[in-house]
Amino acid sequence: MNEPARQQPAPDPRPIEERLDHPVGERAPITPRERMTILRQLMPEQDPDDRATNFAEVNLGFTEKLAVIEAERCLQCKNPVCITGCPVRVNIPQFIDLLARGDMRGAADSLLDDNALPCVTGRVCPQESQCEAVCLRGKKGDPVAIGYLERFVADWANRHRDGATVAPASSGKSVAVIGSGPAGLTAAGELAKHGHAVTVFEAFHAAGGVLIYGIPEFRLPKDIVHDEIERLEALGVRIEPNAIIGNTYTLDELREQFDAVFIAVGAGLPVFMDVPGENLKGVYSANEYLTRVNLMGAYRPDSDTPVLHGQRVAVVGGGNVAMDAVRTARRLGAEEAIIVYRRGEQELPARREEVHHAQQEGIRFELQVAPVEVVGENGWVTGLRCVRMELGEPDESGRRRPVPVPGSEFVIDCDMVVVAIGTRSNPVLTTSAAGLNLNQWGYIEVDGAGMTSIPGVFAGGDIVRGAATVILAMGDGKNAAAAIDAYLAGALPAS
Amino acid sequence: MHPIVGKSQLSPNVTRLIVEAPRIAQIREPGQFVIVRAAEGAERIPLTIADADPERGTITLIVQAIGKTTEDLVALEVGGVIRDIAGPLGKSTELLESGHAVCVGGGVGTAVILPIAQGLQRAGVRVTSVIGGRSREWVILEDELGEAGEVVVCTDDGSYGRPGFVTQALADVIASEKVDAIYAVGPVPMMRAVAEMTRPAGIHTVVSLNPIMVDGTGMCGGCRVSVGGETRYACVDGPEFDGHAVDFALLGDRLGIYRDFEQAALERRHCALAAQLAAAR
Repeated sequence: MNEPARQQPAPDPRPIEERLDHPVGERAPITPRERMTILRQLMPEQDPDDRATNFAEVNLGFTEKLAVIEAERCLQCKNPVCITGCPVRVNIPQFIDLLARGDMRGAADSLLDDNALPCVTGRVCPQESQCEAVCLRGKKGDPVAIGYLERFVADWANRHRDGATVAPASSGKSVAVIGSGPAGLTAAGELAKHGHAVTVFEAFHAAGGVLIYGIPEFRLPKDIVHDEIERLEALGVRIEPNAIIGNTYTLDELREQFDAVFIAVGAGLPVFMDVPGENLKGVYSANEYLTRVNLMGAYRPDSDTPVLHGQRVAVVGGGNVAMDAVRTARRLGAEEAIIVYRRGEQELPARREEVHHAQQEGIRFELQVAPVEVVGENGWVTGLRCVRMELGEPDESGRRRPVPVPGSEFVIDCDMVVVAIGTRSNPVLTTSAAGLNLNQWGYIEVDGAGMTSIPGVFAGGDIVRGAATVILAMGDGKNAAAAIDAYLAGALPAS
Repeated sequence: MHPIVGKSQLSPNVTRLIVEAPRIAQIREPGQFVIVRAAEGAERIPLTIADADPERGTITLIVQAIGKTTEDLVALEVGGVIRDIAGPLGKSTELLESGHAVCVGGGVGTAVILPIAQGLQRAGVRVTSVIGGRSREWVILEDELGEAGEVVVCTDDGSYGRPGFVTQALADVIASEKVDAIYAVGPVPMMRAVAEMTRPAGIHTVVSLNPIMVDGTGMCGGCRVSVGGETRYACVDGPEFDGHAVDFALLGDRLGIYRDFEQAALERRHCALAAQLAAAR
């Protein structure tokens, strides 16, 4: 610890930003008072008018200079609450401190030790409701931009891979991971670090789950996901695509062939609105729309996989998936792309940055509005009949329940509707596995260690908790990997 | 990677590919299908598993070349590979356990009824197959179906077998003998006509639906069909349904979602081929 360096007063009259231009060791230290005056650095981003017509990433990433300035804002709290705010418990102050000192390798190693997919989480985590929500600097002013710093360090690590990844010594144990989304990949990485032979089974032809089929290129470039997966493969993780558990193999077969199994298949079934007209041509589930565009590359003009290019597109829902869909429609040429959400702006479940980016890109928000019918002509969508909502008494979620305003019906003219109101559990695996206990919604029941009713079979991510976030799924993957490791060592009794 | 080990032309635009897929060959059942992605960048399309040889570890795919993706697929030769095959998907056929079944196949739908007819025969059910095509050269799988029972062949122009549509031949079978179930697969108008014909007599009629799909596991909802007024996913709830409950108009309509796109893709492909040919000269 070089703490004394930080505590010395610095009689350097130059602005902090200028002083931070100099390498550590050649620059005067920052005083605590000065540290408090540094403002949160802004993420450089593509111009909204440009980016609304392309699929390149919106956020361009911090420069090293911006990153070091932002890192100097961290107070290195004795009781780092940010760590407890993180579902995978990244040692945030440590990697930020190493970054501030210019020790990029150290920062990268520290981050990667805690987080299997930092390039991903640095881009898609809802930091404002997790680590940054509890950051002390946020009590007065803006919290440290932990997500942007994570992304910077992770991208640096990606560019500076030494290539000499050594697969750990074999434990002699094997684990099957079902699903290659964030929960499955995180668990696979952790298990491989412990020397277990991991095989990941993926239903699609490419690994990554929602990171590949769901989250668009402009928010999470697919090359980054491929890089993260390559790093896991270098650790010895084997990926078997086109393998649908419940169809291609049964859970029982995996149980026989592997010492433990981790089920992380997500909540892959789309929920529709259950209103008339939903089977008209031009109505998509967000799953289908985004899969066509992202996984199948339908945004490219020469793509073999088709997707409709709506001119006026209504997207129903207010979460991240809805924002992804509406911004995708805009990029595919929609003159008007509209979010239709039944509650108000404050209740939008999407990350704040996504809502902000959507607004910048000219997305129209129809708030406190609920669809009652998809209107069509000759089998094609021509509009979405809606009713205005007002907020009534709080419901079981604590949010005020929207109730329809009588006589307020109106039609939003549109030629395409994307339904992004959530997903539920897919029964292909769960109903084909005897002895696997499910709850009333079809999600898998697990004990405190993440083990299901079948000994040696663990589960995590959306198939346990219902549709949630990438980082919560990763947290489940990390916890399950620790429990599986203990189980394989005989330290966790079969429940 | 799935090497192609056999290829033959069944009709002017229908090709049979025999492909290595050992796991699927071992466990597939009649009625099930696979999702195929021919190469990197190709579209994912569903194809019925028309036959399988568990010993050789191969499955048979029968492909009608009607668009860019299917033309690419049938352009593959023995020694080439199909990049991705996922399956077996969908529910297997609920086979009659005894009695007399009629299997009706129209065009490439005949490829879907072949494994059903084979399964019925194995179960000890008497099978009559009624298959048809525009003219003689469009009739497929007559010999293969002949191994499962009697075959009635119809051609629209009368150039082979009995003249007329399969529905007329089916009407004669129903009129002359007891039929316990009908399995009908073919173009939407054909399946609808069969269902309408068997409805008055209340003969159980199973149809196999071929809506547009992406994943084949229930995650996209693109293949939704209306059966008995309820929305069902053909990929996981089907592909076979009670023909008397299916909304065929909706099915036919939804199959046309990408018609313009498909036409453009096909034209692009043909232009590219023409350019290649010109360059080769």
